[in-house]
Amino acid sequence: MLQDKDRIFTNLYGFESFSLDAAKKRGDWDKTKDLIFKGKEWIIEEMKASGLRGRGGAGFPTGMKWSFMPKENTGKPHYLVINADESEPGTCKDREIMRHDPHKLIEGALIASFAMGAHHAYIYIRGEFYDEASNLYKAILEAREAGLLGKNAAGSGWDFDITLHRGGGAYICGEETALLESLEGKKGQPRNKPPFPAMAGLYSCPTTINNVETIAVVPTILRRGGSWFAGFGGDEKNTGTKLFCISGHVEQPCVVEEEMGITLKELLEKHAGGVRGGWDNLKAVIPGGSSTPMLPKAICDTQIMDFDNLRSAGSGLGTAGVIVMDKSTDVIYAIARLSHFYMHESCGQCTPCREGTGWLWRVMTRMVKGDATIEEIDMLWDVSKEIEGHTICAHGDASAWPIQGLIRHFRPEMEARIIEYRKQAAA
Amino acid sequence: MPTLKINGTDIEVEKGTSILQAAELLGVEIPHFCYHGRLSVPANCRMCLVEVKGGPPKPAASCAMACADGMEVETESDMVHKARKGVMEMLLINHPLDCPICDQGGECDLQDQAVAYGYDRSRYAENKRAVPNKELGPLIKTVMTRCINCTRCVRFGEEVAGVTTLGQLHRGEDAEIGTFIEQAVDTELSGNMVDICPVGALTNKPYAFKARPWELVKTQSIDVMDAVGSNIRVDSRSGEVLRILPRLHEDVNEEWISDKTRHAYDGLTKRRLDRPWIRNAKTNKLEEATWSEAFSYIAENLQNINGNEIAALVGDLCDLESVVALKDMMEKLGAPHLDCRTDGTTYDPANRSGYLFNTGITGIEDADTILIVGANPRHEATMINARIRKNWLDKRTKIGVIGTNLDLTYPYEHLGETLGDFETLSKARSGFAKTFKDAERPMIIFGNNLFVGKDGAAIQAFTYGLAEKMGVIKEGWNGLNILHNAASRVGALDVGFIPQNGGKNFADIIAGTKDGSVKALYLMGVDEFEARSDIGWNTFVIYQGHHGDKGVEVADVVLPGAAYTEKDGMYVNLEGRVQHGWKAVFPPGDAKEDWKILRALSEYILTEPLSYDTASQLHKRMFEQWPHLAKEDEITPSAFENIGSKADLTKKRMSEKLGIQISKATYYKTNAIARASHIMSACEQAFVADHKFKEAAE
Repeated sequence: MLQDKDRIFTNLYGFESFSLDAAKKRGDWDKTKDLIFKGKEWIIEEMKASGLRGRGGAGFPTGMKWSFMPKENTGKPHYLVINADESEPGTCKDREIMRHDPHKLIEGALIASFAMGAHHAYIYIRGEFYDEASNLYKAILEAREAGLLGKNAAGSGWDFDITLHRGGGAYICGEETALLESLEGKKGQPRNKPPFPAMAGLYSCPTTINNVETIAVVPTILRRGGSWFAGFGGDEKNTGTKLFCISGHVEQPCVVEEEMGITLKELLEKHAGGVRGGWDNLKAVIPGGSSTPMLPKAICDTQIMDFDNLRSAGSGLGTAGVIVMDKSTDVIYAIARLSHFYMHESCGQCTPCREGTGWLWRVMTRMVKGDATIEEIDMLWDVSKEIEGHTICAHGDASAWPIQGLIRHFRPEMEARIIEYRKQAAA
Repeated sequence: MPTLKINGTDIEVEKGTSILQAAELLGVEIPHFCYHGRLSVPANCRMCLVEVKGGPPKPAASCAMACADGMEVETESDMVHKARKGVMEMLLINHPLDCPICDQGGECDLQDQAVAYGYDRSRYAENKRAVPNKELGPLIKTVMTRCINCTRCVRFGEEVAGVTTLGQLHRGEDAEIGTFIEQAVDTELSGNMVDICPVGALTNKPYAFKARPWELVKTQSIDVMDAVGSNIRVDSRSGEVLRILPRLHEDVNEEWISDKTRHAYDGLTKRRLDRPWIRNAKTNKLEEATWSEAFSYIAENLQNINGNEIAALVGDLCDLESVVALKDMMEKLGAPHLDCRTDGTTYDPANRSGYLFNTGITGIEDADTILIVGANPRHEATMINARIRKNWLDKRTKIGVIGTNLDLTYPYEHLGETLGDFETLSKARSGFAKTFKDAERPMIIFGNNLFVGKDGAAIQAFTYGLAEKMGVIKEGWNGLNILHNAASRVGALDVGFIPQNGGKNFADIIAGTKDGSVKALYLMGVDEFEARSDIGWNTFVIYQGHHGDKGVEVADVVLPGAAYTEKDGMYVNLEGRVQHGWKAVFPPGDAKEDWKILRALSEYILTEPLSYDTASQLHKRMFEQWPHLAKEDEITPSAFENIGSKADLTKKRMSEKLGIQISKATYYKTNAIARASHIMSACEQAFVADHKFKEAAE
């Protein structure tokens, strides 16, 4: 279990003020310019050494992502875009950072931008996050006033500023290229890759898009050293600490910073007061936000929470939005609800996602009642496979995975529901 | 130059080529809907998925993925087949499958590809989605439930036509193509949206439920609605033209045509002259006649008229054969008063480069600065305007305009409205003038309208002189362009249908009919001026043409001719390109092909009739005198020479606002066929009359 001295987010719960003074007391903005004086290469190397993987869901190594930015001058400005469009059901970590510890994000943005040669960063914040946006904006104003942003930011000799942009509340705008489109004032529809944003991103300029949590942990990692961060976690590929968002049927839902590689059982019992009605009352867990396939209790018993272990269990760490479901849950209905969400949030650009998400939801609605045939479960699987991997962005995959998780682990329950419905219809 | 393998075959392609394009080069078909070679690539239909080995374990969209060295692409693997079938199934689940009542049937990409690449049955048991239809004006019919959201029409509007009327509204399943606030698609290129729609969502409204594509006879032809010479395909059934489609010609119209070209065809069956007529001198009414009666009547009337009292004019839509026949006939009659410039222009056509669009249409794409003087390319030559926009879209070329300030679909700098402003610009050293002078391939487009009036030749000398000073003539580059808008004009100038030694020009001929110096006037398809008020009543007027339009009002004898779809004809477009159109249907009633009418008439009025009996004999006669006409689909360039007469222009002329020949208000009614067309009237109502009303309301 993570010790208090090793926590990065020391004001996660807002017990202290989010203001600049309070943040400074907690150690933020402490000799930031010294970190910058060590140079771009040092920062990127240190990030690589820390093994930090992107906290937005895909888990791409951050240091490597930064190193993709063009080194030589292309004549175009570079941009850092911070993805604060946290909309994945079950995920609520970035908002805690932004409303209680915004200076971690702002300081991280300065350092990351310096490392990538960007003089300007955009924070694209989810439209519904009103308090978060105003706290963050206040923090940006404070920082600007204190000379931490603007010309010669924090005395580092690097000119840097941040623009806070509020989104319109579309889930798809959390997809990095749709976010760029939206930021440019267009309809939020994902772009084709390649070209990747590091080559042609915002306004066709080299751009890196990072999650809020990824950027917010940067200053602490650099202060305490990449090796310190790499010291946490089960193996060298899954390092550091991570914010877990625990919701659903637990005694105390919470957001908590924990070491990567903690077991699911320990995570739930230490921090969330355990599953409602005891561990044996557990039915399934969605481990990484709504798009990751659910895991049944048998797997949850021993599951380790990190990128690679969850992937080999047929799911993913995603955003670490742990959704717990006890035995009272109708899992078929739960997944049908998620299907509706993905249908509603599809941007409508690619055929399989536009047409397929509605199909999935309609069949799932019938599955909830049992008004279907056993063969349709196979068809549902097949249709989800027709969507997965055939679209521009990962929204298609995200709509398919929950259903695949359901069929993989709860097929008997689905079949029983269908048989029961038929019995009643016949009677 | 990346080298890659497609289905095991090696191919080397240019950098930046997409996998789909490379496969096309190899003759490997990859099905697709949203991809269109002339539009941007959204990769949203997902039909063109292929397997790229060594990449991520999922198929890639071949239209958007550039070829890379060492790639191994499979277009027929299990993964690809599965993906294609899946996408096809998704496209069809909400498609109404109403092919039997869909006008796209038989030429529908979705239909063809569903047969070739789809499942043979449906698994979709839920309710289908329906989408409300949109009212997009008189030319585009919509059945939006059929739409597969490929966004080709949206991209065509944004990129080629320069209008943002259409867009994709809403998201997910509710996504639909629409206009947000209901309005017609106000562009003179809108018909092309129907062409590029891969399904039956946008169809040709006037053609709705008329015919199936397999019933139509397809004839290759050349458009005469403007001077561009767009390549068209005339689709007809049982002797009636049912629709007109563009034909691919990269150097002229690419694969687009204007709405007038496409939709004026219904005028071909209305107000037609289908038999000869003779005016009864007593009642002043036209009376039906036979061909021999009409010819005899003409011979009778010409008997007492001297050769130099006879004049002939050639209208905008004439084919070159008939122009040559008429010229030959006039020569034998000893009549020097010929003119084809019925818009009143008086430029000196002595040098061919002085009246051509010298850069050629493809040359527009090479130009790095463009100056438009006294022209409205958008409505006078729509395809030229589309090229200018294409150039601007590719390179953000600087464009300047002197003349009327119009919406040309691309941004430009408005540099003045008079010839004086042009002179000022030629002397300026900064701003647009500097960009123009520094340009490697600068280009000027002069509107035909500049040269209207007595001092046309003086204006020609003046403007060409300034253009030369501004450096449009360079080694291997002649950037001086004249924008004609009559299909027959350049051809007629080429064969010299202009005043012969001491003959009168158009304006003088018209005046001559009133003062009695012109006693007989031969109008061949001339409907472009107000004949009723302009022509003296004592003149003996012969009108030969296909429509009962302005010319017929004053005619003493009417000889029914053939329209452009009803004869084999040669046309020279504004860049000097020689092109042939073929006969699609027969002329109505007793009407005949025009050069044959002249040949027959010559038996009556000439001592020695015209020497050619067949089209090939006529062509032989033409090619002997003008060898460049024998080079089909070629442009014979000629060197620049500053011609015209150097005379001082009046102050009034220098400060007069430059007009344009065709504006949006007159665009839909520029010639006899368009004026007879109900579809064009509907367009005028929707895009001109209703607009005025709307503007007034605002």
